[in-house]
Amino acid sequence: MNTSKTLVYDGSFNGFLTAVFVGFEQKLTHANIQKNSQFQSGLFADTETIFTNIDKAQRVWNGVRKKSNSAVKNIYFAFLSEQNTIEALLYHYIQKLMGGTYLGATDFSDTSVLKINQLSHKVGREKHRMEAFVRFQLTKDDVYFANIEPDFDVLPLISKHFRNRYADQQWIIYDVKRKYGIFYDLQTVEVISLDLTDIQTNSIEKSNAFTDEEYEYQDLWNNYFKSTTIKSRINTKLHVQHVPKRYWKYLSEKKEAV
Amino acid sequence: MDFNRIKEKLNILADAAKYDVSCSSSGSNRKNKNNGLGDTGNGICHTYTEDGRCVSLLKILLTNHCIFDCAYCVTRKSNDIQRAAFKIQEVVDLTINFYRRNYIEGLFLSSGIFKSADHTMERLIAVAKKLREEENFNGYIHLKSIPGASDELMYEAGLYADRLSVNIEIPTISGLKLLAPDKKHEDFIKPMRKVKDEIIRYKEERKIIKSTAKYAPAGQSTQMIVGATGESDKDIMYSATHFYKNYKMKRVYYSGYVPISTDSRLPSLGSEVPMLRENRLYQTDWLLRFYGFGVNEILDADNPNLDMDIDPKLMWALRNLNHFPVDINKAEPRMLARIPGIGMGSVHKIISGRKYRSLNWEHLKKMGIALNRAKYFIICNSNDWERRDLDAATIKGMILQSQNGKFKNQYNNQLSLFN
Ligand code: SF4
Repeated sequence: MNTSKTLVYDGSFNGFLTAVFVGFEQKLTHANIQKNSQFQSGLFADTETIFTNIDKAQRVWNGVRKKSNSAVKNIYFAFLSEQNTIEALLYHYIQKLMGGTYLGATDFSDTSVLKINQLSHKVGREKHRMEAFVRFQLTKDDVYFANIEPDFDVLPLISKHFRNRYADQQWIIYDVKRKYGIFYDLQTVEVISLDLTDIQTNSIEKSNAFTDEEYEYQDLWNNYFKSTTIKSRINTKLHVQHVPKRYWKYLSEKKEAV
Repeated sequence: MDFNRIKEKLNILADAAKYDVSCSSSGSNRKNKNNGLGDTGNGICHTYTEDGRCVSLLKILLTNHCIFDCAYCVTRKSNDIQRAAFKIQEVVDLTINFYRRNYIEGLFLSSGIFKSADHTMERLIAVAKKLREEENFNGYIHLKSIPGASDELMYEAGLYADRLSVNIEIPTISGLKLLAPDKKHEDFIKPMRKVKDEIIRYKEERKIIKSTAKYAPAGQSTQMIVGATGESDKDIMYSATHFYKNYKMKRVYYSGYVPISTDSRLPSLGSEVPMLRENRLYQTDWLLRFYGFGVNEILDADNPNLDMDIDPKLMWALRNLNHFPVDINKAEPRMLARIPGIGMGSVHKIISGRKYRSLNWEHLKKMGIALNRAKYFIICNSNDWERRDLDAATIKGMILQSQNGKFKNQYNNQLSLFN
């Protein structure tokens, strides 16, 4: 039987996995899984609201883990891409994985596998970019603060890297687009939301939230960046390919270019 | 701190250091100790210069005062330039403050030689030691081994640095005599040998006692200038091979000579930086390190130079048409890796893909293989393949034609390796 239904969940990853669990329980061939923030009820659609249930989510996740390690990463990364209808695509993918018809990442005969791999790859690239492009600014209360505006929701993916590296300083990385951040207080990393009236990009105007030295170091870094360029080898195309323009506004070395 | 003075020094001493092309910060996995600062991993490029190179380290000279007069170097004694010197603490502060803001992976510290080799080396070590011991810094440190430095100092340097390097700069001994008469070949080799020996010794000890401290965990590297002394590609790649083999080099870098002097022994100011040649040398280097090629297969007495029109793998294939065509569905990995247009990534895709089905052109295309080059050298699950008995020159002509436009910008693409 070919069954289909709309499942509405809270937008969290565990919520999504719970929806998958419910879908499997009801043997749905197609699950139209939607975030409650984006949900628009269809005229005839059969709709069910999903309440996040950690146990159910865990069971799905363990099942996936048993099947394939690369799938674990692909599913999570692709989920964070926040693409339209990503949930339905992932549902199909997990179905395939559990049904044993998944042939590994090189099975390019299935477009959902290909699509998920591509998305996961894109999110992975964004993760690396953010690990590279975060620029902390030191506030007067001794917190290293950075704003980011990534294409995908990568904060959960970069947290560990920064925790391991900057273990002896307090820091905040704030996603301006999604309006939440992560804060390390020398003990643990916590999710926070802030009321930021003026967003601290690298604008020429100085904010008095930051130390005076902060601007001196930005200036030094700027200078350093300039003096490392070998003029006879300039290659703007390659430069922009590596540092896409949409990231420039948060990079202090690009201050004048914005 | 007097920021204006620091800025002046930074401009001078970063400018002088930029000709060292190495910027690698990988290969060491120093963990964050006792909730201190930093760790090392795969190495991150935090930004890119406007000439498209990765910026991952604060790369500076401690000073550009130098008692030597190597013709190819901006820092040479006879050059009329502004000189400056950092204090040890200034370098430490800069490194830490840049690192805390996530600008860099660590420090790459080099220096002109002031007073003596040992005196200079001692100061470089003092910076590294301070970073490790006083600042509990676990980020990446690359120190330059100063030619002629004593064994004792080279030993100490490796205890704090992740990587050490001596730039051989001139690939031939005759070239070195001509351009750097104050320096002896042996001065370069001595610290290199010491570092190699210590790396081996520490590795052995680690096998027995796990807690043995690290010694230069990211190994050593060197750099050669390309196009300053009329050397051939064979000269360069044979000497690179020598260093990979005998000194366990992690990397050899090739740096197209940037004209900086009116000295008649060198290419004149305004002559073009040989970037395409540099790219071809890197491609060759990859073939040697990752694709199982021997250097004599690519360059020998009859063919002392690389072909600038085409990449070295294609050049090899055209000289060895008897090995082709290769059957994609049957060939061994090492032969797959020798097919023009197929990179290591594609080799893995082919191997795992052909487990499920016999691969045809469509499959290969989806894997992202450059068929415009590969198609002359392979057969797959299809009746449609190149049957004409084409000679090397014809194939080369056809490939060049199909690439026209797309690869015209080759000169600008610093490191577009084959895929
Ligand atoms: S010794 Fe080093 S810094 Fe001094 S001139 Fe020679 S290459 Fe340049």
